[in-house]
Amino acid sequence: MHLHKYEKIWLTFGIGSLVVFLFVVGYGAFWQGTHPQSHGVTIDPNNIESNEAFKPENLGLTKVDENEYIVNITASAFYYDLGKDEEGKSVRTIRIPKGSKVLWQAATKDVVHGFQVAGTNVNMMVEPGYVSSLETVMDNPGTYTIVCNEYCGIGHHMMYATVEVYE
Amino acid sequence: MQLAKKETESKASFQALAISKTESRLYMSYISVAFISLFIGGLMGLLQVLVRSGKFTLPAGIDYYQVLTVHGVILGLVLTTYFIIGFHFSLMGKTVGISIKQRKVAWIAFWIMVIGTVMTAVTILYGEASVLYTFYAPLRAHPAFYIGLALVIIGSWIAGFVNWHQLKVWKKAHPGEKSPLLAFMVTINTAMWFICSLGVAVAVLVQFIPWSLGYAETINVLLSRTLFWYFGHPLVYFWLLPAYMAWYAIIPKIIGGKIFSDSLARLSFVLFLFFSIPVGFHHQLTEPGIDPTWKFIQVVLTFMVIIPSLMTAFSMFATFEITGRRKGAKGLFGWFKKLPWRDVRFLAPFIGMLAFIPGGAGGIINASHQMNALIHNTIWVTGHFHLTVATTVMLTFFGISYWLVPHLRGRKLTPQINRLGIIQAFVWTVGMTIMSGAMHIQGLLGAPRRSSYSEYGGGEQASEWIGYQLAQAVGGTILFIGILLMVYIFIKLTFFAPKGEEEFPIAEEEEDAEETPAWFENWKLWIGITVALILAAYTVPVIDIVQHSPLGSVPFDFPIGR
Repeated sequence: MHLHKYEKIWLTFGIGSLVVFLFVVGYGAFWQGTHPQSHGVTIDPNNIESNEAFKPENLGLTKVDENEYIVNITASAFYYDLGKDEEGKSVRTIRIPKGSKVLWQAATKDVVHGFQVAGTNVNMMVEPGYVSSLETVMDNPGTYTIVCNEYCGIGHHMMYATVEVYE
Repeated sequence: MQLAKKETESKASFQALAISKTESRLYMSYISVAFISLFIGGLMGLLQVLVRSGKFTLPAGIDYYQVLTVHGVILGLVLTTYFIIGFHFSLMGKTVGISIKQRKVAWIAFWIMVIGTVMTAVTILYGEASVLYTFYAPLRAHPAFYIGLALVIIGSWIAGFVNWHQLKVWKKAHPGEKSPLLAFMVTINTAMWFICSLGVAVAVLVQFIPWSLGYAETINVLLSRTLFWYFGHPLVYFWLLPAYMAWYAIIPKIIGGKIFSDSLARLSFVLFLFFSIPVGFHHQLTEPGIDPTWKFIQVVLTFMVIIPSLMTAFSMFATFEITGRRKGAKGLFGWFKKLPWRDVRFLAPFIGMLAFIPGGAGGIINASHQMNALIHNTIWVTGHFHLTVATTVMLTFFGISYWLVPHLRGRKLTPQINRLGIIQAFVWTVGMTIMSGAMHIQGLLGAPRRSSYSEYGGGEQASEWIGYQLAQAVGGTILFIGILLMVYIFIKLTFFAPKGEEEFPIAEEEEDAEETPAWFENWKLWIGITVALILAAYTVPVIDIVQHSPLGSVPFDFPIGR
């Protein structure tokens, strides 16, 4: 089979760039730990409260150390449960100081949901039977909407919460 | 001796057969369903962008997600599959012929698909299946939805089996000859379709149907998603390869040129067969239950399709340049002016090719392991596939229709219809640039896909998104005008264009082209490598998914309003 000279140059350049590109992606994933979220941690889909993190009292924001937080969230059609505040009202907004390290953990009580702190790479599928989790540093102050970005039914677009990252 | 051999060979690959009236009826039936789907699906798309603009609500209690399900199923599965099968049959009929018995079986395939489509459509219209076309277990649709889709797939298999049989019969009658290029390509595409749709067939038959009927209490959600995406990515190549068939083997004839290289065209199709299927995890990158190393392996396999894509891009522009120069073009880019810009059969697919440059680049971003996290499930992805399938593939399909429909109907593409077609292509380009552009930007800002209009409690970000949704409504409305134009053109070409003979353009090889190596006909080898790659990419992670699976999920009806 014959390849034109220019085509050889074109393909060599193309395949060469591809190899470099894949190496960069792989370096990021394996050496810098930027894999997309995949922990394979399972949970009983019919009783997620059996997992300590998703007991009602542990939902929402918990400070674990100076500048270190955990946010536990239960997703269900069509609601993110972030726990209750001191007055017993449902929390709709969580406030985190800028530069904090945050571990986001989410699980669903019913169907598949999405979880994205909009405009950031905190973006996870939340599937029955699994705990989704991702650790990140919240560097940029602002008000972010947490959106359910995976179709979960007719009220899907009404499923949200708010995160404030303050200075 | 060498010369004599070459002559018989080239004759074989150029010998186009006549298409009889009875055959035309079969091919036109498939293509007509595609155009009816275009109208219905396009109307649904219009409703969606209007709802998302926030200025319009759906009447009569129709739900946004019901409309979205119709849009996805009818355009993503019905339009594409029917058009492609009609086109496949036309190409096979033209290059290798069809027997009476094969034609009868092809009709059976058609009617099985129609029954399946109607079943699915009715369940969606009754609001019993607002699960979108990616199924979303544990949301449960009415069993008729799954059974209907299974019938569509089974029908498409039968059509594919007929195609294989057509080539087999031809090869028997032409021993030692290479199969016609277009017949080779159709066989690759149908083989890929069969291998990949086995995955969704298993999901539907073994998981969804028993579970939706109540025979199985629970469903393994992750397994169902994995089986779906094993099918879901090759599905997009099943749409794309017929467009490539037109680019490689038909466009050169339309512009008055020759095929750049028969063997390179075959090689790129073989590579697409290899690397379309073992790649489904790149749709599941942000899912919690799949090992990240296996995700990465499939990401690498995904990117292998860049190689045949680069080959295709080179071949296209090489053909354009060679043809232009033969027509007397001078200078580095003089050939560009020699292309038949006023011929819609060329112009529409050419715009499609251009759209594939940003489309492909966006695809690279989407599949990039960690970069995916920024855009996963955002409306960026919707913008992406409206460039690839809804522009590259659709404009090429329109470009095919301008000659195929009159050819099959014994009519002519008139200069007036040609002009209207050029207007249609421009309307499409403008509408899509606005709509898809707005979707891309809005997605980067974090807006979700598959979502009805929402102000998200008056959040700052959401108010920023709404402006882009207005732009999408403008773009989407322009696109709907484009659809009305195209449907009008289709009706005109089918029933009212003047009688005559429209050419079925099939490009020839250069007189002095090198012989295509015989090993291209080694189907066992190609299928063997394909299966080996699939097993390598999927065996370990699927065993892992099954072994470490959590308890299954019971069905949920209330979230979709059942």
